[in-house]
Amino acid sequence: MTQFTTIPCGGRVQRADIPHLSFDTFRTQALDIVKNGGKVVHFFAYEDQGTMKLMAVLRTHELLAAGCDAPETYACLTKACEPFHLFEREMAEQYGIRPEGHPWLKMVRYHKNIRSKPDVFNNDYTEDIPGNYDYYQVKGDEIHEVAVGPVHAGVIEPGHFRFNCIGERVLHLEIQLGYQHRGVESLLLTAKSKQLPMLAENIAGDTTIGHGLCMAQAVEALASVQVDEGAKIIRTIALELERLANHIGDLGALCMDVAFLAPANYFGRIRGDFLNLSLLLCGNRFGKGLVRPGGVRFTLDDKIRKTLDERIKELKPQVEHVLELIFSASTVRARFEGCGSVRAEDADHLGLVGPAGRASGLAYDARRCFATEHYPHLLIPENAKTTGDVYARARVRYDEVRQSIEIIQFLIGKSVDTQPVEDGIQALQALAPSSFAVTLNEGWRGEVSHAVLTDDAGNLLRYKVKDPSFHNWNGLAMALRDTGISDFPLNNKSFNLSYCGFDL
Amino acid sequence: MLTILKNRFEQGYRTCNYPKEKPAVFPRYRGKPVIQKTVDPEMVKACADACPQDAIVVDKMKIDMGRCIFCGTCERLSKGEFVTFTGDFEISTANKADLLTDGDLPSLAQHAKQHFKKLFGRSLQLRQVSAAGCNACEADLNVLATPFFDLARFGINFVASPRHADAIVVTGPVSRNMKTALLQTYEAVPEPRVVIAVGSCTLTGGPFSHSAEVAKGLDTILPVDLFIPGCPPHPLTNLHGLLAFFKA
Repeated sequence: MTQFTTIPCGGRVQRADIPHLSFDTFRTQALDIVKNGGKVVHFFAYEDQGTMKLMAVLRTHELLAAGCDAPETYACLTKACEPFHLFEREMAEQYGIRPEGHPWLKMVRYHKNIRSKPDVFNNDYTEDIPGNYDYYQVKGDEIHEVAVGPVHAGVIEPGHFRFNCIGERVLHLEIQLGYQHRGVESLLLTAKSKQLPMLAENIAGDTTIGHGLCMAQAVEALASVQVDEGAKIIRTIALELERLANHIGDLGALCMDVAFLAPANYFGRIRGDFLNLSLLLCGNRFGKGLVRPGGVRFTLDDKIRKTLDERIKELKPQVEHVLELIFSASTVRARFEGCGSVRAEDADHLGLVGPAGRASGLAYDARRCFATEHYPHLLIPENAKTTGDVYARARVRYDEVRQSIEIIQFLIGKSVDTQPVEDGIQALQALAPSSFAVTLNEGWRGEVSHAVLTDDAGNLLRYKVKDPSFHNWNGLAMALRDTGISDFPLNNKSFNLSYCGFDL
Repeated sequence: MLTILKNRFEQGYRTCNYPKEKPAVFPRYRGKPVIQKTVDPEMVKACADACPQDAIVVDKMKIDMGRCIFCGTCERLSKGEFVTFTGDFEISTANKADLLTDGDLPSLAQHAKQHFKKLFGRSLQLRQVSAAGCNACEADLNVLATPFFDLARFGINFVASPRHADAIVVTGPVSRNMKTALLQTYEAVPEPRVVIAVGSCTLTGGPFSHSAEVAKGLDTILPVDLFIPGCPPHPLTNLHGLLAFFKA
């Protein structure tokens, strides 16, 4: 095998069946695929019996994978092809592998590499604060810098934003993250099997179902566990409830940022009503504890189904009327339209995913392109917009809110016959040795993906997590180019990216 | 204009009557754990082994709400014979030791620091610091500002600057990278200042407690006055904690 090979989404692959190329072939082919429109799903390093190796999972209309031995230093891919940018920085930080000639070689999360190699970024990790960070600077008489964070004014996660401005106009925004780093990938490797689902759910609490599903599907693939159709339906409902709650919350927050307070408050309250529907299903407002390898822990009995149905029927007209209120207001349109545009070409280079990508014309939706759970039986329309501005990002949510309500209403009507997954030390069923699985799901922010490798004893060898925010933060930076700095909160909300999902 | 009025009419009045009446919570909600001490010790051990958070202390027959993520594994495994999670969301404590419970919690209103009530009972300004929280605790603090809970009617607000705050509300397991920012925020709050820890991560490191990147509880770094357990705590748990601690 001398080239990247197709792998199934959410299926088990023998590691021996993944082509192991020479680094040069690997590099050439990966660049070719991505230059011709492919996207990077994963690009990571791992240690296997004392040897460092690389693995890339790329996406065209299918998933392609190949690996190679990792060089200690190599000519970076980013210079030839931008979508590798953050992945190479992450690899340099995690394993001390240096991509030579990388145009933006800065730390990602501020932690020591796990091989005790010389630090690529010359950091002294005895210092508590992520210091020694070389911000991009614009120079000139009228140029000024604005520094925001890590602690922000609202009840939100921490991150640092550095603006280079001329007057009110932002020339460049640099986003420095890493404050939320909890060592998730290392923890997943050493976790007991009973802790694995809980950890996956806490990668990003607002994407509990998205990450929980990726974990569960990976374990199911590696342990050859079948999930019944009933459980798949419940999981699909849960993922759509998560999307609804977050999209509605975002639309409300967008209204807050343009001082349209009435719908901001309505949607603030209605968001909570949808969170309560997750609580109705599983006892937790964020769906924690619902999805487990093998299925779900809570069934949808007739009583719950009836309540769910009644609540959705009650909420649906309210949601539609508030949506109408927002999108018919000229003041809202005046602020949303043309604000923070990301061109389709830039979105494509950055590899944006989810609503942010769709707002710039990239139609990709994992629910349609790599359908799992009950999605193969559902029609997911293309929500691509072309304007790429705040309006488009809000409009994608408008479409998806209405679609998600329809999907849930349709699924409530289906018979759901499933046995809840049992608790206790039943084992996480043994994982197949020397195997590999990649799972993709369309969380509310976009493509969530986990890649899991096992060693020849069936232990976890590498657990790679990717939140959609890993692709999208640079989209926000791009949106701020030439935008008024006072429009930053509005743009930030229109992306609403995850800090902890990025920082891991 | 007509649409705005129609919408306003449709929305109606939505604010709950808490604390006068307790709003109904869906039956699958898992609040305060109550322990049956008469159960077979083998069952206690089985539950302790299955607990993903190792929150069950076998010899004391108690559950540590600081570690517990209220997943309900022990309740289902013991079929309620050892642990049942009740619908009671009023579970905050002023002493960390009280989090280790068999279901019998001291009244928060009575054992809270009484001088804080005098100082902050009529006006309380909070500065929230997310220190590696997963955004679930943050989200369920944020909803307190929505019309259903309407925190402002009690004279309690989240403010933008620590200089305007009486208390900091911390979420997350306090990552190494956030520690300095957290301490600087704390220092910026004028004395006397209150420290409120929200969520299992903040209380004990939660699901991340085995990581070298996080603290094993906010109280190892700062003096904590109010402990609000949950993963995340229900908004009503947060609301109860604030009202009982500062006002009741």
